[in-house]
Amino acid sequence: MSFADITGLFLASLSRLITGAQGHWKGCPPTAEQRIYFANHQSHFDWVLIWAALPRELRAQTRPIAARDYWTSSPLRTWLTSAVFNAVYVSRTRATPDEDPLEPLVEALKAGDSLVIFPEGTRSNKGDPQAFKAGLYHLARQFPDVKLIPTWIDNVQRVMPKGEVVPVPILCTVTFGEPLTLGAEEDKGEFLTRARAALIAQRPAGGGA
Amino acid sequence: MIELLRSLKALDASGQVAVLFVGLFGALLLISFGGLVYSLKSGERTEYAQDNWRQFKRDMKAIWIGSTIAWIAWLSGHVGASVLVGLLSFYAFREYITLMHTRRGDHRSLILAFFVLLPLQYALVGSRHFDLASVLIPVYGFVAIPVASALSDDPHRFLERNAKIQWGLMVCVYGLSHLPALMLLDFPGYEGRGAFLFFFMVVVVGVAQITQEVASRTVRRRPLARRISRSFSARAWWMGQLAGGFTGMLLYWITPFKVGQALCMALLATSAGTLGGLVMKALKRDGGVVYWGNRSSITGAVGLLDRIAVLCFAAPVFFHSVHWYFSLGN
Repeated sequence: MSFADITGLFLASLSRLITGAQGHWKGCPPTAEQRIYFANHQSHFDWVLIWAALPRELRAQTRPIAARDYWTSSPLRTWLTSAVFNAVYVSRTRATPDEDPLEPLVEALKAGDSLVIFPEGTRSNKGDPQAFKAGLYHLARQFPDVKLIPTWIDNVQRVMPKGEVVPVPILCTVTFGEPLTLGAEEDKGEFLTRARAALIAQRPAGGGA
Repeated sequence: MIELLRSLKALDASGQVAVLFVGLFGALLLISFGGLVYSLKSGERTEYAQDNWRQFKRDMKAIWIGSTIAWIAWLSGHVGASVLVGLLSFYAFREYITLMHTRRGDHRSLILAFFVLLPLQYALVGSRHFDLASVLIPVYGFVAIPVASALSDDPHRFLERNAKIQWGLMVCVYGLSHLPALMLLDFPGYEGRGAFLFFFMVVVVGVAQITQEVASRTVRRRPLARRISRSFSARAWWMGQLAGGFTGMLLYWITPFKVGQALCMALLATSAGTLGGLVMKALKRDGGVVYWGNRSSITGAVGLLDRIAVLCFAAPVFFHSVHWYFSLGN
Protein backbone atom coordinates (compact mmCIF):
# COMPACT_ATOMS: atom_id res chain seq x y z
CA MET A 1 0.00 0.00 0.00
CA SER A 2 1.51 3.30 -1.05
CA PHE A 3 1.55 6.52 0.92
CA ALA A 4 -1.08 7.96 -1.44
CA ASP A 5 -3.42 5.04 -0.68
CA ILE A 6 -2.95 5.56 3.03
CA THR A 7 -3.66 9.26 2.67
CA GLY A 8 -6.81 8.39 0.75
CA LEU A 9 -7.97 6.01 3.45
CA PHE A 10 -7.16 8.57 6.10
CA LEU A 11 -9.18 11.27 4.32
CA ALA A 12 -12.09 8.89 3.87
CA SER A 13 -12.14 7.91 7.53
CA LEU A 14 -11.74 11.53 8.60
CA SER A 15 -14.75 12.56 6.58
CA ARG A 16 -16.67 9.62 8.03
CA LEU A 17 -15.78 10.76 11.53
CA ILE A 18 -16.89 14.30 10.82
CA THR A 19 -19.97 13.76 8.68
CA GLY A 20 -20.89 10.09 8.95
CA ALA A 21 -20.70 10.14 5.10
CA GLN A 22 -23.69 7.86 4.86
CA GLY A 23 -24.37 6.57 1.37
CA HIS A 24 -28.02 5.81 0.66
CA TRP A 25 -28.31 3.70 -2.47
CA LYS A 26 -31.98 4.40 -3.15
CA GLY A 27 -32.14 4.03 -6.90
CA CYS A 28 -29.25 1.70 -7.72
CA PRO A 29 -26.89 -0.70 -5.94
CA PRO A 30 -23.19 0.17 -5.57
CA THR A 31 -21.91 -2.05 -8.39
CA ALA A 32 -18.72 -1.84 -10.40
CA GLU A 33 -20.24 -0.71 -13.71
CA GLN A 34 -19.22 2.41 -15.56
CA ARG A 35 -21.09 5.44 -14.26
CA ILE A 36 -21.26 9.19 -14.25
CA TYR A 37 -22.39 10.48 -10.89
CA PHE A 38 -23.76 14.00 -11.24
CA ALA A 39 -24.16 15.87 -7.98
CA ASN A 40 -25.17 19.19 -6.46
CA HIS A 41 -22.20 21.35 -5.59
CA GLN A 42 -22.11 23.28 -2.32
CA SER A 43 -18.59 23.09 -0.95
CA HIS A 44 -15.05 21.91 -1.62
CA PHE A 45 -15.85 19.01 0.63
CA ASP A 46 -18.41 17.50 -1.78
CA TRP A 47 -16.04 15.28 -3.70
CA VAL A 48 -14.43 13.78 -0.59
CA LEU A 49 -17.88 13.07 0.80
CA ILE A 50 -19.05 11.17 -2.29
CA TRP A 51 -15.77 9.36 -2.43
CA ALA A 52 -16.01 8.32 1.23
CA ALA A 53 -19.60 7.18 0.75
CA LEU A 54 -18.54 4.82 -2.07
CA PRO A 55 -17.47 1.30 -1.15
CA ARG A 56 -13.69 0.98 -1.13
CA GLU A 57 -13.51 -1.22 -4.21
CA LEU A 58 -15.31 1.40 -6.32
CA ARG A 59 -13.09 4.28 -5.27
CA ALA A 60 -10.13 3.43 -7.51
CA GLN A 61 -12.21 3.59 -10.71
CA THR A 62 -14.22 6.64 -9.73
CA ARG A 63 -12.47 9.89 -10.60
CA PRO A 64 -13.21 13.53 -9.87
CA ILE A 65 -12.75 16.44 -12.24
CA ALA A 66 -10.24 19.08 -11.20
CA ALA A 67 -9.50 22.48 -12.72
CA ARG A 68 -5.98 22.28 -14.06
CA ASP A 69 -4.92 25.86 -13.25
CA TYR A 70 -5.92 25.61 -9.59
CA TRP A 71 -5.13 22.01 -8.72
CA THR A 72 -1.68 21.88 -10.31
CA SER A 73 -0.49 25.21 -8.91
CA SER A 74 1.43 23.69 -5.99
CA PRO A 75 3.19 20.33 -5.53
CA LEU A 76 0.84 19.37 -2.69
CA ARG A 77 -2.30 20.05 -4.75
CA THR A 78 -0.85 18.20 -7.70
CA TRP A 79 0.03 15.22 -5.58
CA LEU A 80 -3.36 15.21 -3.87
CA THR A 81 -5.34 15.32 -7.09
CA SER A 82 -3.15 13.02 -9.16
CA ALA A 83 -1.75 10.42 -6.76
CA VAL A 84 -4.51 10.25 -4.16
CA PHE A 85 -7.67 10.95 -6.13
CA ASN A 86 -6.53 10.21 -9.68
CA ALA A 87 -8.40 13.27 -10.90
CA VAL A 88 -9.17 14.14 -14.51
CA TYR A 89 -7.76 17.59 -15.22
CA VAL A 90 -9.74 20.03 -17.32
CA SER A 91 -8.76 23.50 -18.47
CA ARG A 92 -11.09 26.34 -17.71
CA THR A 93 -9.71 28.44 -20.54
CA ARG A 94 -9.25 27.21 -24.09
CA ALA A 95 -5.77 27.39 -25.55
CA THR A 96 -7.12 27.28 -29.10
CA PRO A 97 -10.69 28.08 -30.17
CA ASP A 98 -11.39 24.55 -31.41
CA GLU A 99 -10.04 22.71 -28.35
CA ASP A 100 -12.80 20.65 -26.74
CA PRO A 101 -12.84 21.15 -22.96
CA LEU A 102 -14.59 17.79 -22.59
CA GLU A 103 -11.74 15.96 -24.29
CA PRO A 104 -10.06 14.68 -21.06
CA LEU A 105 -13.42 13.41 -19.77
CA VAL A 106 -14.08 11.59 -23.00
CA GLU A 107 -10.70 9.92 -22.75
CA ALA A 108 -11.31 8.85 -19.16
CA LEU A 109 -14.69 7.38 -20.09
CA LYS A 110 -13.14 5.59 -23.07
CA ALA A 111 -10.64 4.07 -20.65
CA GLY A 112 -13.56 2.65 -18.66
CA ASP A 113 -13.41 4.90 -15.60
CA SER A 114 -16.39 6.33 -13.76
CA LEU A 115 -16.65 10.07 -13.18
CA VAL A 116 -18.14 12.39 -10.61
CA ILE A 117 -19.23 15.70 -12.12
CA PHE A 118 -20.91 18.79 -10.76
CA PRO A 119 -22.96 20.02 -13.72
CA GLU A 120 -23.82 23.34 -12.09
CA GLY A 121 -20.23 24.31 -12.77
CA THR A 122 -19.88 26.33 -9.59
CA ARG A 123 -20.75 26.08 -5.94
CA SER A 124 -24.20 27.28 -4.95
CA ASN A 125 -25.31 27.45 -1.37
CA LYS A 126 -28.84 28.69 -1.56
CA GLY A 127 -31.85 26.49 -2.12
CA ASP A 128 -32.13 24.60 -5.39
CA PRO A 129 -29.18 23.89 -7.65
CA GLN A 130 -28.56 26.24 -10.56
CA ALA A 131 -29.23 25.36 -14.20
CA PHE A 132 -26.97 22.61 -15.54
CA LYS A 133 -24.15 23.18 -17.99
CA ALA A 134 -24.27 21.31 -21.29
CA GLY A 135 -21.33 18.98 -20.60
CA LEU A 136 -23.51 16.31 -19.06
CA TYR A 137 -25.64 16.19 -22.19
CA HIS A 138 -22.68 15.81 -24.54
CA LEU A 139 -21.18 13.02 -22.48
CA ALA A 140 -24.54 11.23 -22.35
CA ARG A 141 -24.82 11.51 -26.14
CA GLN A 142 -21.35 10.11 -26.73
CA PHE A 143 -21.55 7.32 -24.16
CA PRO A 144 -25.08 5.90 -24.17
CA ASP A 145 -24.00 2.83 -22.16
CA VAL A 146 -22.62 4.74 -19.20
CA LYS A 147 -25.20 5.03 -16.41
CA LEU A 148 -26.02 8.54 -15.23
CA ILE A 149 -26.64 8.57 -11.48
CA PRO A 150 -28.21 11.62 -9.79
CA THR A 151 -26.39 12.10 -6.49
CA TRP A 152 -27.71 14.44 -3.84
CA ILE A 153 -25.37 15.60 -1.09
CA ASP A 154 -27.27 16.85 1.92
CA ASN A 155 -26.23 19.06 4.82
CA VAL A 156 -22.64 19.57 3.70
CA GLN A 157 -22.97 23.35 3.50
CA ARG A 158 -23.32 23.32 7.28
CA VAL A 159 -20.11 21.34 7.70
CA MET A 160 -17.88 23.82 5.91
CA PRO A 161 -19.47 27.07 4.74
CA LYS A 162 -17.69 29.03 2.04
CA GLY A 163 -14.62 30.73 3.48
CA GLU A 164 -14.16 28.47 6.50
CA VAL A 165 -11.23 26.10 6.84
CA VAL A 166 -12.07 23.84 9.76
CA PRO A 167 -15.07 21.55 9.26
CA VAL A 168 -17.67 21.16 12.01
CA PRO A 169 -18.99 17.66 12.74
CA ILE A 170 -22.52 17.40 11.36
CA LEU A 171 -24.09 14.31 9.86
CA CYS A 172 -24.36 14.33 6.07
CA THR A 173 -25.90 11.94 3.61
CA VAL A 174 -25.22 11.11 -0.01
CA THR A 175 -28.28 9.78 -1.82
CA PHE A 176 -27.80 7.90 -5.09
CA GLY A 177 -30.89 7.89 -7.27
CA GLU A 178 -32.18 5.84 -10.19
CA PRO A 179 -30.02 5.91 -13.34
CA LEU A 180 -31.11 8.37 -16.01
CA THR A 181 -31.05 7.64 -19.74
CA LEU A 182 -30.96 10.10 -22.58
CA GLY A 183 -33.86 9.68 -25.02
CA ALA A 184 -32.90 9.18 -28.69
CA GLU A 185 -34.78 12.30 -29.80
CA GLU A 186 -34.41 14.33 -26.62
CA ASP A 187 -32.87 17.75 -27.10
CA LYS A 188 -30.30 19.40 -24.88
CA GLY A 189 -32.44 21.78 -22.86
CA GLU A 190 -35.11 19.18 -22.19
CA PHE A 191 -32.58 16.64 -20.98
CA LEU A 192 -30.73 19.07 -18.73
CA THR A 193 -33.99 20.18 -17.09
CA ARG A 194 -34.98 16.56 -16.58
CA ALA A 195 -31.56 15.71 -15.09
CA ARG A 196 -31.80 18.64 -12.71
CA ALA A 197 -35.28 17.57 -11.61
CA ALA A 198 -34.05 14.00 -11.08
CA LEU A 199 -31.28 15.33 -8.87
CA ILE A 200 -33.60 17.53 -6.80
CA ALA A 201 -35.93 14.55 -6.37
CA GLN A 202 -33.19 12.84 -4.35
CA ARG A 203 -33.23 15.54 -1.71
CA PRO A 204 -34.45 13.95 1.54
CA ALA A 205 -37.72 15.33 2.89
CA GLY A 206 -37.20 17.64 5.82
CA GLY A 207 -33.54 18.15 5.07
CA GLY A 208 -32.82 21.68 4.07
CA ALA A 209 -30.32 23.41 1.93
CA MET B 1 -21.60 -20.28 49.66
CA ILE B 2 -20.04 -18.50 52.59
CA GLU B 3 -16.67 -19.85 51.49
CA LEU B 4 -17.24 -18.33 48.11
CA LEU B 5 -18.20 -14.95 49.53
CA ARG B 6 -15.16 -15.00 51.76
CA SER B 7 -12.84 -15.72 48.85
CA LEU B 8 -14.52 -12.89 46.92
CA LYS B 9 -13.82 -10.55 49.81
CA ALA B 10 -10.20 -11.60 49.82
CA LEU B 11 -9.77 -10.45 46.22
CA ASP B 12 -8.36 -7.00 45.61
CA ALA B 13 -10.51 -4.27 44.06
CA SER B 14 -9.69 -5.07 40.45
CA GLY B 15 -10.30 -8.77 41.05
CA GLN B 16 -13.73 -7.97 42.41
CA VAL B 17 -14.52 -5.75 39.45
CA ALA B 18 -13.45 -8.57 37.16
CA VAL B 19 -15.86 -10.91 38.97
CA LEU B 20 -18.55 -8.28 38.54
CA PHE B 21 -18.07 -8.26 34.78
CA VAL B 22 -17.99 -12.06 34.60
CA GLY B 23 -21.31 -12.09 36.44
CA LEU B 24 -22.74 -9.39 34.17
CA PHE B 25 -21.79 -11.10 30.93
CA GLY B 26 -22.93 -14.45 32.33
CA ALA B 27 -26.36 -13.00 33.06
CA LEU B 28 -26.53 -11.38 29.63
CA LEU B 29 -25.59 -14.67 27.96
CA LEU B 30 -28.33 -16.45 29.89
CA ILE B 31 -30.96 -13.87 28.93
CA SER B 32 -29.89 -13.84 25.29
CA PHE B 33 -29.92 -17.62 25.23
CA GLY B 34 -33.40 -17.58 26.70
CA GLY B 35 -34.41 -15.15 23.98
CA LEU B 36 -32.94 -17.42 21.33
CA VAL B 37 -34.92 -20.41 22.65
CA TYR B 38 -38.07 -18.29 22.67
CA SER B 39 -37.49 -17.12 19.11
CA LEU B 40 -37.03 -20.72 17.93
CA LYS B 41 -40.31 -21.77 19.47
CA SER B 42 -42.85 -21.83 16.71
CA GLY B 43 -46.42 -20.69 17.07
CA GLU B 44 -48.69 -17.81 16.32
CA ARG B 45 -47.92 -14.55 18.05
CA THR B 46 -50.13 -11.57 18.44
CA GLU B 47 -49.17 -8.21 17.05
CA TYR B 48 -48.69 -7.02 20.62
CA ALA B 49 -46.30 -9.85 21.48
CA GLN B 50 -44.30 -9.23 18.35
CA ASP B 51 -44.05 -5.58 19.18
CA ASN B 52 -42.78 -6.39 22.65
CA TRP B 53 -40.36 -8.89 21.20
CA ARG B 54 -38.87 -6.29 18.87
CA GLN B 55 -38.54 -3.88 21.77
CA PHE B 56 -36.82 -6.59 23.81
CA LYS B 57 -34.37 -7.33 21.02
CA ARG B 58 -33.58 -3.63 20.61
CA ASP B 59 -33.01 -3.24 24.34
CA MET B 60 -30.87 -6.37 24.59
CA LYS B 61 -28.67 -5.20 21.75
CA ALA B 62 -28.18 -1.83 23.44
CA ILE B 63 -27.40 -3.49 26.77
CA TRP B 64 -24.84 -5.78 25.16
CA ILE B 65 -23.12 -2.90 23.40
CA GLY B 66 -23.23 -0.78 26.54
CA SER B 67 -21.78 -3.52 28.73
CA THR B 68 -19.02 -4.23 26.26
CA ILE B 69 -18.11 -0.56 26.09
CA ALA B 70 -18.09 -0.36 29.89
CA TRP B 71 -15.90 -3.43 30.10
CA ILE B 72 -13.40 -2.12 27.54
CA ALA B 73 -13.41 1.25 29.31
CA TRP B 74 -12.60 -0.39 32.62
CA LEU B 75 -9.89 -2.58 31.06
CA SER B 76 -8.19 0.32 29.35
CA GLY B 77 -7.79 2.38 32.51
CA HIS B 78 -8.40 6.06 33.04
CA VAL B 79 -7.05 7.26 29.71
CA GLY B 80 -8.93 4.63 27.73
CA ALA B 81 -12.16 5.18 29.62
CA SER B 82 -12.16 8.90 28.98
CA VAL B 83 -11.19 8.50 25.33
CA LEU B 84 -13.93 5.93 24.80
CA VAL B 85 -16.70 7.91 26.48
CA GLY B 86 -15.28 11.03 24.83
CA LEU B 87 -15.88 9.45 21.44
CA LEU B 88 -19.40 8.48 22.46
CA SER B 89 -19.93 12.05 23.53
CA PHE B 90 -18.61 13.31 20.20
CA TYR B 91 -21.07 11.13 18.27
CA ALA B 92 -23.96 12.16 20.51
CA PHE B 93 -23.16 15.85 20.19
CA ARG B 94 -22.76 15.50 16.43
CA GLU B 95 -26.22 13.95 16.27
CA TYR B 96 -27.67 16.70 18.44
CA ILE B 97 -26.14 19.50 16.38
CA THR B 98 -27.33 17.90 13.15
CA LEU B 99 -30.93 18.17 14.33
CA MET B 100 -30.58 21.76 15.52
CA HIS B 101 -30.68 24.34 12.79
CA THR B 102 -27.37 26.07 13.14
CA ARG B 103 -26.41 29.05 11.06
CA ARG B 104 -23.28 30.13 9.34
CA GLY B 105 -22.41 32.40 12.29
CA ASP B 106 -22.33 29.41 14.63
CA HIS B 107 -19.39 27.89 12.85
CA ARG B 108 -16.69 29.21 15.17
CA SER B 109 -18.66 28.45 18.33
CA LEU B 110 -19.20 24.90 17.10
CA ILE B 111 -15.50 24.48 16.41
CA LEU B 112 -14.82 25.69 19.92
CA ALA B 113 -17.36 23.28 21.35
CA PHE B 114 -16.27 20.23 19.35
CA PHE B 115 -12.53 20.65 19.20
CA VAL B 116 -11.66 22.55 22.37
CA LEU B 117 -14.26 22.11 25.09
CA LEU B 118 -15.09 18.47 24.40
CA PRO B 119 -11.50 17.14 24.39
CA LEU B 120 -10.57 19.39 27.30
CA GLN B 121 -13.46 18.11 29.39
CA TYR B 122 -12.42 14.49 28.89
CA ALA B 123 -8.76 15.29 29.42
CA LEU B 124 -9.68 16.85 32.77
CA VAL B 125 -11.77 13.84 33.73
CA GLY B 126 -9.10 11.40 32.59
CA SER B 127 -6.47 13.16 34.65
CA ARG B 128 -8.86 13.24 37.64
CA HIS B 129 -9.18 17.02 37.83
CA PHE B 130 -12.81 16.67 38.85
CA ASP B 131 -13.06 20.13 40.40
CA LEU B 132 -12.20 21.83 37.15
CA ALA B 133 -14.14 19.31 35.06
CA SER B 134 -17.34 20.11 36.90
CA VAL B 135 -17.09 23.84 36.15
CA LEU B 136 -15.41 23.88 32.73
CA ILE B 137 -18.59 23.91 30.66
CA PRO B 138 -21.06 25.62 33.02
CA VAL B 139 -18.63 28.43 33.83
CA TYR B 140 -15.90 28.82 31.22
CA GLY B 141 -17.84 27.41 28.29
CA PHE B 142 -20.80 29.55 29.24
CA VAL B 143 -18.66 32.61 28.66
CA ALA B 144 -16.62 31.40 25.70
CA ILE B 145 -19.40 30.12 23.43
CA PRO B 146 -21.44 33.35 23.18
CA VAL B 147 -18.23 35.38 22.82
CA ALA B 148 -17.17 33.32 19.82
CA SER B 149 -20.68 33.68 18.47
CA ALA B 150 -20.80 37.45 18.97
CA LEU B 151 -17.47 37.85 17.19
CA SER B 152 -18.94 36.21 14.11
CA ASP B 153 -21.24 39.21 13.71
CA ASP B 154 -24.65 37.61 13.27
CA PRO B 155 -27.33 38.95 15.65
CA HIS B 156 -30.12 36.83 14.15
CA ARG B 157 -31.72 34.68 16.92
CA PHE B 158 -28.56 35.12 18.92
CA LEU B 159 -29.82 33.95 22.30
CA GLU B 160 -31.61 30.96 20.86
CA ARG B 161 -28.60 29.72 18.91
CA ASN B 162 -26.23 30.04 21.84
CA ALA B 163 -28.67 28.49 24.26
CA LYS B 164 -28.97 25.49 21.97
CA ILE B 165 -25.24 24.95 21.76
CA GLN B 166 -24.72 25.44 25.48
CA TRP B 167 -27.56 23.08 26.31
CA GLY B 168 -26.24 20.42 23.94
CA LEU B 169 -22.82 20.72 25.52
CA MET B 170 -24.30 20.32 28.99
CA VAL B 171 -26.20 17.17 28.04
CA CYS B 172 -23.92 15.42 25.57
CA VAL B 173 -20.52 16.42 26.93
CA TYR B 174 -20.84 17.56 30.53
CA GLY B 175 -23.45 14.96 31.49
CA LEU B 176 -21.79 12.03 29.80
CA SER B 177 -18.33 12.92 31.08
CA HIS B 178 -19.54 11.98 34.55
CA LEU B 179 -19.59 8.33 33.51
CA PRO B 180 -15.79 7.97 33.35
CA ALA B 181 -15.56 10.36 36.30
CA LEU B 182 -17.63 7.96 38.34
CA MET B 183 -15.37 5.11 37.32
CA LEU B 184 -12.26 7.03 38.29
CA LEU B 185 -13.53 8.49 41.54
CA ASP B 186 -11.36 7.41 44.48
CA PHE B 187 -12.58 7.79 48.01
CA PRO B 188 -10.70 6.99 51.17
CA GLY B 189 -11.39 3.35 51.92
CA TYR B 190 -13.00 2.86 48.51
CA GLU B 191 -10.05 3.00 46.12
CA GLY B 192 -10.27 1.37 42.73
CA ARG B 193 -13.91 0.51 43.21
CA GLY B 194 -15.37 3.30 41.13
CA ALA B 195 -16.50 0.71 38.61
CA PHE B 196 -18.97 -0.58 41.21
CA LEU B 197 -20.53 2.84 41.59
CA PHE B 198 -20.73 3.14 37.81
CA PHE B 199 -22.31 -0.28 37.58
CA PHE B 200 -24.71 0.53 40.41
CA MET B 201 -25.93 3.67 38.70
CA VAL B 202 -26.27 2.17 35.23
CA VAL B 203 -28.14 -0.90 36.46
CA VAL B 204 -30.47 1.07 38.69
CA VAL B 205 -31.31 3.60 36.00
CA GLY B 206 -31.63 0.87 33.39
CA VAL B 207 -34.03 -1.15 35.52
CA ALA B 208 -36.12 1.94 36.25
CA GLN B 209 -36.28 2.94 32.59
CA ILE B 210 -37.17 -0.52 31.30
CA THR B 211 -39.77 -1.07 34.03
CA GLN B 212 -41.30 2.27 33.22
CA GLU B 213 -41.45 1.43 29.52
CA VAL B 214 -43.04 -1.95 30.15
CA ALA B 215 -45.44 -0.48 32.69
CA SER B 216 -46.55 2.29 30.37
CA ARG B 217 -47.36 -0.35 27.77
CA THR B 218 -49.36 -2.53 30.12
CA VAL B 219 -51.09 -0.17 32.53
CA ARG B 220 -52.73 2.48 30.41
CA ARG B 221 -53.08 5.66 32.40
CA ARG B 222 -53.66 9.27 31.58
CA PRO B 223 -50.40 10.69 30.29
CA LEU B 224 -48.92 13.48 32.38
CA ALA B 225 -47.87 15.57 29.43
CA ARG B 226 -49.86 14.35 26.46
CA ARG B 227 -48.30 16.57 23.86
CA ILE B 228 -44.80 15.50 24.82
CA SER B 229 -45.21 11.81 25.48
CA ARG B 230 -48.35 9.74 25.16
CA SER B 231 -46.89 6.95 27.26
CA PHE B 232 -45.45 8.83 30.21
CA SER B 233 -47.88 8.43 33.11
CA ALA B 234 -47.44 8.99 36.83
CA ARG B 235 -48.32 5.37 37.61
CA ALA B 236 -45.71 3.97 35.21
CA TRP B 237 -43.13 6.42 36.46
CA TRP B 238 -43.66 5.39 40.07
CA MET B 239 -43.40 1.74 39.14
CA GLY B 240 -40.07 2.47 37.46
CA GLN B 241 -38.84 4.36 40.50
CA LEU B 242 -39.85 1.56 42.84
CA ALA B 243 -38.15 -1.08 40.70
CA GLY B 244 -35.00 1.03 40.42
CA GLY B 245 -34.93 1.83 44.13
CA PHE B 246 -35.47 -1.79 45.05
CA THR B 247 -32.66 -2.88 42.74
CA GLY B 248 -30.46 -0.28 44.40
CA MET B 249 -31.25 -1.74 47.81
CA LEU B 250 -30.40 -5.24 46.59
CA LEU B 251 -27.09 -3.97 45.25
CA TYR B 252 -26.14 -1.96 48.33
CA TRP B 253 -23.28 -4.35 49.15
CA ILE B 254 -21.27 -3.34 46.06
CA THR B 255 -21.43 0.32 47.09
CA PRO B 256 -20.04 2.20 50.08
CA PHE B 257 -23.63 2.96 51.15
CA LYS B 258 -25.85 1.42 53.79
CA VAL B 259 -29.20 -0.05 52.67
CA GLY B 260 -31.26 3.09 53.24
CA GLN B 261 -28.62 5.30 51.67
CA ALA B 262 -28.40 3.01 48.68
CA LEU B 263 -32.15 3.39 48.26
CA CYS B 264 -31.92 7.19 48.37
CA MET B 265 -29.01 7.28 45.95
CA ALA B 266 -30.78 4.93 43.58
CA LEU B 267 -33.93 7.05 43.68
CA LEU B 268 -31.94 10.19 42.98
CA ALA B 269 -30.35 8.61 39.93
CA THR B 270 -33.54 7.01 38.62
CA SER B 271 -35.67 10.11 38.98
CA ALA B 272 -33.04 12.32 37.34
CA GLY B 273 -32.64 9.77 34.56
CA THR B 274 -36.26 9.02 33.75
CA LEU B 275 -37.38 12.64 34.03
CA GLY B 276 -34.39 13.60 31.91
CA GLY B 277 -35.68 11.11 29.36
CA LEU B 278 -38.96 13.03 29.32
CA VAL B 279 -37.06 16.28 28.77
CA MET B 280 -35.27 14.70 25.82
CA LYS B 281 -38.66 13.67 24.40
CA ALA B 282 -39.85 17.27 24.68
CA LEU B 283 -36.74 18.37 22.84
CA LYS B 284 -37.38 15.88 20.05
CA ARG B 285 -40.97 17.07 19.72
CA ASP B 286 -39.60 20.57 19.40
CA GLY B 287 -37.25 19.42 16.67
CA GLY B 288 -40.11 17.59 14.94
CA VAL B 289 -38.80 14.05 15.37
CA VAL B 290 -40.40 11.16 17.19
CA TYR B 291 -37.21 9.46 18.09
CA TRP B 292 -33.72 10.47 17.09
CA GLY B 293 -33.18 7.30 15.12
CA ASN B 294 -36.05 7.72 12.67
CA ARG B 295 -34.40 10.54 10.78
CA SER B 296 -31.69 8.15 9.76
CA SER B 297 -32.67 8.45 6.12
CA ILE B 298 -32.07 12.17 6.31
CA THR B 299 -29.18 12.77 8.59
CA GLY B 300 -27.61 9.37 9.02
CA ALA B 301 -28.25 9.67 12.73
CA VAL B 302 -27.90 6.36 14.46
CA GLY B 303 -30.24 7.04 17.36
CA LEU B 304 -27.40 7.15 19.86
CA LEU B 305 -28.91 10.08 21.75
CA ASP B 306 -32.08 8.08 22.32
CA ARG B 307 -30.09 5.41 24.06
CA ILE B 308 -27.92 7.53 26.28
CA ALA B 309 -30.24 10.45 27.07
CA VAL B 310 -31.26 8.92 30.36
CA LEU B 311 -27.65 8.45 31.47
CA CYS B 312 -26.73 11.98 30.40
CA PHE B 313 -29.11 13.31 33.04
CA ALA B 314 -28.59 10.69 35.73
CA ALA B 315 -24.78 10.66 35.71
CA PRO B 316 -24.03 14.22 36.87
CA VAL B 317 -26.73 14.16 39.55
CA PHE B 318 -25.53 10.84 40.88
CA PHE B 319 -21.87 11.81 40.70
CA HIS B 320 -22.33 15.01 42.64
CA SER B 321 -24.55 13.31 45.21
CA VAL B 322 -21.88 10.71 45.79
CA HIS B 323 -19.28 13.42 46.03
CA TRP B 324 -21.38 15.25 48.57
CA TYR B 325 -22.02 12.05 50.54
CA PHE B 326 -18.32 11.32 50.90
CA SER B 327 -17.36 14.85 51.82
CA LEU B 328 -20.00 14.75 54.56
CA GLY B 329 -18.50 11.60 55.98
CA ASN B 330 -15.09 13.18 56.38
